[in-house]
Amino acid sequence: MTRPGRDEDPDRLYTVTRGRSRASSDAFDLVTLVVSESDATPGMQSEHSRILRMCQYPTAVVEVSAELKLPVTVVRILLSDLLDSGLITARHPQTAGSAAHLPDSNLLEQVLVGLRNL
Amino acid sequence: MDSATSDRPAHRTPLGRSADNGLKIVVVGGFGVGKTTMVRSVSDIRPLNTEEVMTRAGEQVDDVSAIQGKTSTTVAFDFGRITLNERTVLYLFGAPGQERFWFLWDRLFTGTLGAVVLVDTRRLADSWYAIDRLEHHGTPFIVARNDFGGPQHSAEQVRDALDLSEDVPMIDCDARSRPSSKNVLITLVEHLHALSTAQESAQ
Repeated sequence: MTRPGRDEDPDRLYTVTRGRSRASSDAFDLVTLVVSESDATPGMQSEHSRILRMCQYPTAVVEVSAELKLPVTVVRILLSDLLDSGLITARHPQTAGSAAHLPDSNLLEQVLVGLRNL
Repeated sequence: MDSATSDRPAHRTPLGRSADNGLKIVVVGGFGVGKTTMVRSVSDIRPLNTEEVMTRAGEQVDDVSAIQGKTSTTVAFDFGRITLNERTVLYLFGAPGQERFWFLWDRLFTGTLGAVVLVDTRRLADSWYAIDRLEHHGTPFIVARNDFGGPQHSAEQVRDALDLSEDVPMIDCDARSRPSSKNVLITLVEHLHALSTAQESAQ
């Protein structure tokens, strides 16, 4: 298996996003969990159908990127399309924000319990 | 198997339906220091690999038009996943620490809980840049010395070489070992918890 997108034809990436170079929304963090709200329909762009099938269970943006073998940038654009059409919902991380802001201690306690139970 | 799951390879284990909070921890270090090994040791899933595109200047990385020209380059990174409870999922990213990869921090790893700087004591200088940038960003971190069986340095010697402040925890680890790697993550989160508790009580 080759690394995703490594030998990707740039023109193909451009075609996938239909020429757009930016997502309409900055809403998608790497770990935003995406959930399908609709089934794929015939005639839909194949990347959109694949995302809808993949996200029947919550799936992080970065997992979608790895699975589709497309750069995160391109995946964000595809996800924006689906979000704008109401075909997916996005569960954003509750800690995203300024880098200098520490997460609250209750959340960190939950993380510790989870790690100790591994 | 019904057709709805045909897109899901056998190795892909879905999260539970109630998962709603993704968290990030980044493991940073020089080439070959064991970042992917550590991610693999603790991840619930086989580590995955993806990439992001940047311009040579490290700008406009969310601009696909950059891919068109020869001015762009791509950076690959690995990640793994740990389900902590029915709502919370921790993603672990292995990220290169070299200067030209640092845009990942600005553009992708904002909002990370904290970082593990994985060091090889035979090549401590590889970690200098990463530590500088973490301090600059105000991202809390710990240092984990991966055991490569090289000459033993005292903790003092390593702290001196890294110019590490006393309040940054430093531990030894074996990235190939799940219990050891798990202990590294627990040490980081305990450190974060101490910082967070201190900040909350100061308010």
